[in-house]
Amino acid sequence: MTGPLESALPAGHRGARAPAAASARSPVTAPSRSRLRRAIEDPPVVRWALAALAVLFLAAFVLVPAAVVVVEALRGGLALWWKALADPDALAAIRLTLLVAAISVPLNALFGLAAAWSITRFRYRGKDALVSLIDLPFGVSPVISGMVIVLLFGAHGWFGSWLAERGLRVVFAVPGIAIATLFVTFPFVARELIPFMQAQGTEEEEAALVMGASGWQILRRVTLPNVKWSLFYGVILCNARAMGEFGAVSVVSGHIRGATNTIPLHVEILYSEYAFQAAFAVASLLFVLALVTLVAKKGLELRQASARRETIRQSTRSDL
Amino acid sequence: MSIEVRALSKAFDGHPVLRDVTLNVPEGELVALLGPSGCGKTTLLRIIAGLEVPDAGEVCHAGEEVSARTARERNVGVVFQHYALFRHMTVADNVAFALRVRRRPQAEMAARVGELLGLVQLQDFGLRFPHQLSGGQRQRVALARALANSPRILLLDEPFGALDARVRQELRRWLRRLHDELHVTSVFVTHDQEEAFEVSDRVVLMNAGRIEQVGTPAQVFEEPASPFVMRFLGAVNVFHGRVEGGRARVHDLEFAVPGAADRSRANVYVRPHEIEIHRSAAPGSLSAKVERLVPLGAAIRVELSLRGLGGGAVEAEIDLHKGEALKLVPGEVVHLSLRRVRVFPAREGEQDSLTASGL
Repeated sequence: MTGPLESALPAGHRGARAPAAASARSPVTAPSRSRLRRAIEDPPVVRWALAALAVLFLAAFVLVPAAVVVVEALRGGLALWWKALADPDALAAIRLTLLVAAISVPLNALFGLAAAWSITRFRYRGKDALVSLIDLPFGVSPVISGMVIVLLFGAHGWFGSWLAERGLRVVFAVPGIAIATLFVTFPFVARELIPFMQAQGTEEEEAALVMGASGWQILRRVTLPNVKWSLFYGVILCNARAMGEFGAVSVVSGHIRGATNTIPLHVEILYSEYAFQAAFAVASLLFVLALVTLVAKKGLELRQASARRETIRQSTRSDL
Repeated sequence: MSIEVRALSKAFDGHPVLRDVTLNVPEGELVALLGPSGCGKTTLLRIIAGLEVPDAGEVCHAGEEVSARTARERNVGVVFQHYALFRHMTVADNVAFALRVRRRPQAEMAARVGELLGLVQLQDFGLRFPHQLSGGQRQRVALARALANSPRILLLDEPFGALDARVRQELRRWLRRLHDELHVTSVFVTHDQEEAFEVSDRVVLMNAGRIEQVGTPAQVFEEPASPFVMRFLGAVNVFHGRVEGGRARVHDLEFAVPGAADRSRANVYVRPHEIEIHRSAAPGSLSAKVERLVPLGAAIRVELSLRGLGGGAVEAEIDLHKGEALKLVPGEVVHLSLRRVRVFPAREGEQDSLTASGL
């Protein structure tokens, strides 16, 4: 099978290059072609201006701040950078951030999958309202979300006395931070899955159903394999937000060093204590997280694009 | 396994899709549900499969009421319009799916998959993925997959809708041969009259959620039970008439309309190939002017305008050699005799859509 394919590919490349080479050699076709292009495109000035604007904007608001983080973090050398990270309070903050992400990301992946499944696979009243509600955390200021949790679970909150009787602490403790993070990050997976599953339709699941598959078998053998990359994409975004969340967590955390500080809170405390170098050193962790997220996101997009190209290439080949 | 559907009704968001539908499909028959889009044919198929729940009425498989059984428990094979192949599984895994979810032994699965891929002539394609196949091949995989658990009912939803014309023709013949081999009771949905006529034993014509007529292809074409069937199956000319004494009068022609009230309206339908063109007038003929001649290969379509009757447009279709013998020229006046007419009392509201359709 590979034999004819390999021999076919170089031929295709030769075919594609030949006309380009021919037009470069003949001086007649080149100017007429560029005149053609000018007729359907914006003038170069406009193109350059727009590109320059975009680059300037990116530089001012992304590249320069990112460079500042890196430069400031390493200003005192690697040893100082490492010392800031190895500080017990910093380690505690890192541990708490990982713990909160480990709680909230899987739960939100589960919630997102369930919500997307329900919204795309069933017909019922009030679905539009549900979709809007899922977007709520995007529209509400994280500080408000944090305050709601304090109002619900704080000492004088609705459930405060009930919790106190049982010796449970939510606010100013890990559960509160986890709940705040859960609330702020729950749209990410659902938002990623809903349009994808809508586009895919329900035919495959229906086919599995009439062939005798149980709900669990349909989920495991049909739905999950189909949505896995979308799900992963949503999880990456959800994780990035869960680790970086500041506002909501700040309200419910109580900023107890070594106990209820997450990485962003720790950075803020260090900064307000004028420990700039340490603050930037810890912040550089979040910067690395951002880079990893970006690379993983790009990688997934490339993977999906190449899968699409593969499909197109193979489908045209099978028609020949 | 026979299928009986009794007094089925279904509405989506208050819009009725099926109204009191009753249908019997005897064991081993291949039936086409034929109708324009939105007539409820796919919904009927999905209710038989158990993928939709009817608002009223019942469905029986082999005389046994199955409303309480889910699609999972009914063991029907379904071929979906867009194949619905599992894109992350190979062809062989797709075909084996129904056996795998039933936890059948590996050896049995392998044997059955081999047998089915042979049946659809895709023996060498077991390790390919669906996206590596052409549309026709995918549809054959979908069919093999639907047959894997030996269902006694096979349901096909516009099985050839997404394929190009040539592949569609091949697959039609192939499906018919396959049915003659397997004799599994089959229902397939289509909006294509030619497809329904070529493949099926009987045709069920549906319109606006109701069954208009059930019969063999010859029956429904030759003896349409309603104006809708007449209109839907091929081109037709319509003349509007007034009933007097049980006869509809169109210009100076008269046609029997059994059971129509005096002074009511009646429509007279004539198919283009049932109109003859003559050079000289004869009793019962209409004179018309030739407007345009359209060659259709073996036949010629003659577009005419009637003299009198408000100059209504008429289409006739005549054999090529007959057309050559007549030597028709646009602009000249000829005489039409109607070899076969069908007269239906006009129902309110229907007349407009008829005239609007320009037939």
